[in-house]
Amino acid sequence: MHLLSYLVKRLLYLVPVLLGVTLLVFVISHAIPGDPARMMAGQKASREAVENLRRSMGLDRPLPEQYGRYLWGLFQGDLGVSIRNQRPVLDDIKDFFPATLELTLASMTLCLGVGLPLGILSAVYRNRPLDHVSRVFSVCGVSMPVFWLGLMLLLLFYRNLQWLPGSGRLDVTLAPPVHVTGLYLVDTLLEGDGRKFLNALSHIVLPAFCLSYVYLAIVTRIVRSSMIAVMEQDFVVTARANGIAESVVVLKHCLKNSLIPTVTIAGLSMGELLGGAILTETIFGWPGMGKYVVDSVNFLDFPAIMGFTLVASLGYVMINLVVDLVYAFLNRQIGY
Amino acid sequence: MSEPLLSIENLSVRFFTYQGVVRALEGVSLHVEPGEVLGLVGETGCGKSVLARCVLRLVQDPPGRITGGRILFKGEDLLKASRKRLRQVRGNDISMIFQEPMTSLDPVFTVGNQMAEVVRLHQRVDRRTAAKICAGMLEQVRMPDPFAVLRKYPHELSGGMRQRVMIAMELSCNPALLVADEPTTALDVTVQAQVLAILDELTRKRGASVLFITHDLGVVAQLCNRATVMYAGRIVETAPVERLFDSPAHPYTKGLLEAVPTLEEDREELAAIPGMVPGLVEPPGGCRFHPRCGRVMPACSRRVPELFRVRPDHFVACHLYGAEA
Amino acid sequence: MASWQRFKREHQWRIRELLFTLCLMRRNPSAVAGLAIIAVMAAMALLAPWLAPCDPVRISLSERLSPPSSAHLFGTDELGRDILSRIMHGARISLRIGVMVVSIAGGLGTFLGAVSGYFGGRLDNFIMRCMDVVLSFPPLVLAMALAAALGPGLNNAVMAVAFVMIPKFARLVRGEALAVRQKPFISAARVSGAGDLWIVFHHVVPNCISSVIVLATLVLGDTILVASSLSFIGLGAQPPSPEWGAMISVGRKFLMDQWWYATFPGLFILTTVIGFNIFGDALRDILDPRIRR
Repeated sequence: MHLLSYLVKRLLYLVPVLLGVTLLVFVISHAIPGDPARMMAGQKASREAVENLRRSMGLDRPLPEQYGRYLWGLFQGDLGVSIRNQRPVLDDIKDFFPATLELTLASMTLCLGVGLPLGILSAVYRNRPLDHVSRVFSVCGVSMPVFWLGLMLLLLFYRNLQWLPGSGRLDVTLAPPVHVTGLYLVDTLLEGDGRKFLNALSHIVLPAFCLSYVYLAIVTRIVRSSMIAVMEQDFVVTARANGIAESVVVLKHCLKNSLIPTVTIAGLSMGELLGGAILTETIFGWPGMGKYVVDSVNFLDFPAIMGFTLVASLGYVMINLVVDLVYAFLNRQIGY
Repeated sequence: MSEPLLSIENLSVRFFTYQGVVRALEGVSLHVEPGEVLGLVGETGCGKSVLARCVLRLVQDPPGRITGGRILFKGEDLLKASRKRLRQVRGNDISMIFQEPMTSLDPVFTVGNQMAEVVRLHQRVDRRTAAKICAGMLEQVRMPDPFAVLRKYPHELSGGMRQRVMIAMELSCNPALLVADEPTTALDVTVQAQVLAILDELTRKRGASVLFITHDLGVVAQLCNRATVMYAGRIVETAPVERLFDSPAHPYTKGLLEAVPTLEEDREELAAIPGMVPGLVEPPGGCRFHPRCGRVMPACSRRVPELFRVRPDHFVACHLYGAEA
Repeated sequence: MASWQRFKREHQWRIRELLFTLCLMRRNPSAVAGLAIIAVMAAMALLAPWLAPCDPVRISLSERLSPPSSAHLFGTDELGRDILSRIMHGARISLRIGVMVVSIAGGLGTFLGAVSGYFGGRLDNFIMRCMDVVLSFPPLVLAMALAAALGPGLNNAVMAVAFVMIPKFARLVRGEALAVRQKPFISAARVSGAGDLWIVFHHVVPNCISSVIVLATLVLGDTILVASSLSFIGLGAQPPSPEWGAMISVGRKFLMDQWWYATFPGLFILTTVIGFNIFGDALRDILDPRIRR
């Protein structure tokens, strides 16, 4: 079965799921108590103005028709208008997306960069002190309230040690780099401004660590358990019996065989990072989509909340699709 | 007499598990001459696989530990060798083939990659030369289209083909000794015959010795020069193959041979040795076979029988022969 | 007394399995540790009104924002209330949320999964697609959207989180139901005239119980995390409720100078969830049929 046909099948399967997603968001947004038209118009508007607004928003039409118009609007990229600043929600999200992307990528790098070696070492030195430490770390990771971790990190590194800044992407005294990708770490390098790069780096360290902590623990655990399972396989004994050095056995043979569950979990974690970003960005004042939606919640800006939910779901679904495809591709290679 | 190629002296291995200490091998001694095929026979659980793995020190510690004895290969004690020296020996001077061809090869690398890995490690040649050597070896194991096979992944080959790949891989560096741990047990009977023929031809051509581990007496008769019988972690008898089949000395060996049904006889039931193989956590004292032996004597439960010499090259670990001698 | 004897005889096998499980639990250090933590938190929750050193709502402005001391082990908040006592009462809320969410999500999810797996066909397809839709959202995002729509408040938060957790149970039970469906005793039951729904409740569900219990334990821990996150954002429990997340949300304002306010509630969240996770993992190993042999 060709990879392409698998891709097509998955995409076809996606359609009803995505429709379901839009339906769910639509239903939720209509469960909101209160009058959306009045909320848009403001408390002081006259009843007539509210009625006009209601008619123009199509809120007096039957529900199925409203859903249809909603869907049609989605195709055209209309996620509604934010109550807070009267801008289209899509524009708001586009503005805040790069910051969240940068944070997510930094977190993923940390996840894999620390999680992979730690998992391998835990598997190789199974049941020794290092393994015990990393297992404690794993349990703490999946049990950690992210927002509390962020606060503790701030206490330690910002207030007590004063090593790292407490909020934002850059010192307030510095102007943001010229916008090429929207990722400060990249743009400052493109600009050639080393000092600004280091500054941006110092700002991203704590939030990235905070965000990645949970998934770092998960990745470590999955790498450890799949490595242990692989290391018990017969072909590992064969390789050793042929005189191959232990480090090569582990890093070449065992690691590649552990790749599939690792890649799968790491990929799925990337989707979950979005959920954690909400809390992390709030704590560290990181101007991304997460902070945007929390501010919207405080303001009861429902179009913004729903728009964000929809976009977040879309991203999550897409990431899962990519992970599935990579999984199928890797599996095909070894013919399972 | 020339010095044996491999000489295992008084080897003892224990496994430390939750259920207790398993005394897997106790005082095992055997030797393999240059150019000979020694069959190591025994039932499942008698310790023959453990013994095979000990030669290359593949027993994992924990839970297993070699608690005594020497393994002399060309005069050098492998149990005292450094890790570096051990890596030089493995796959190069002593090679090993395993029972399960389906799982003995790494599924995520091509056959060529894995074979070349061994060749390049021990012979220090470049990639192209290694590939030629590997293809040459595949030809010798009668593999059709060797260069194409090099590019395949293990799952694309049948069990018999994989085992031939293993043979090719393990013989590629011309080892003096090949340890074969039940290499054909997991194969179909017809494929078995093929693989055995290839094994026989190649080792004979190179003058390599083979330590052939099996529970199949038929294979022993076909392939081996001498045979050693193991029971519950101990050697019980060792003799040239014809002698062993013609006049087995140990009661256990006799029981094994009688248990094999033949076409000529007219028997109602299969002859089985009464009782069961003992657990090795608390094995029977003295001779480990005595609870099941038809000719047991008082001495059997008290003293461990040594290997008594019945003929110049025929040894038995049984008090029946000790008392008489 | 006769009926008790009869009960014991009929369920002899089950009782023996239960005792075996308890014995394994006693030998497993993680299980003991996890259970100990859970027990301490539960005790704290149940006995808070009597165990707490101070009245959690007693305002004492002269003592506001004082650091940990012998009088107030964890310090006081901005209204002078004892933080330790508030944390203890907060345990009641957290555990109550956990139990409610697990009951609702576990009950509904198990039912949906059992029905879906047992009947198969288009019903299965439809239910699983619905579960896929719910699983297409990052859990916190969906819970947040639901809680925002329903309005702030503890009960709404419980609904929101329960909704998000349903697919976990549904998927698990469906998988088990699919396996159980093939077993001969199911056909035997059907042949003897048992109704399908009766079979689902009396045969399918009991066979999944151990996996569901393990999942429920782990989900309980997860629920506490999600619920406190919601409270932290401003949905869910509202101040002056002593819910741990809500306390941290207020404590955040005083983080730099009064570290104790935000630190201790979070420590309790972490510990409680660790307890459930450790115990759930240990339980999974204990109940694993392969290991039990």
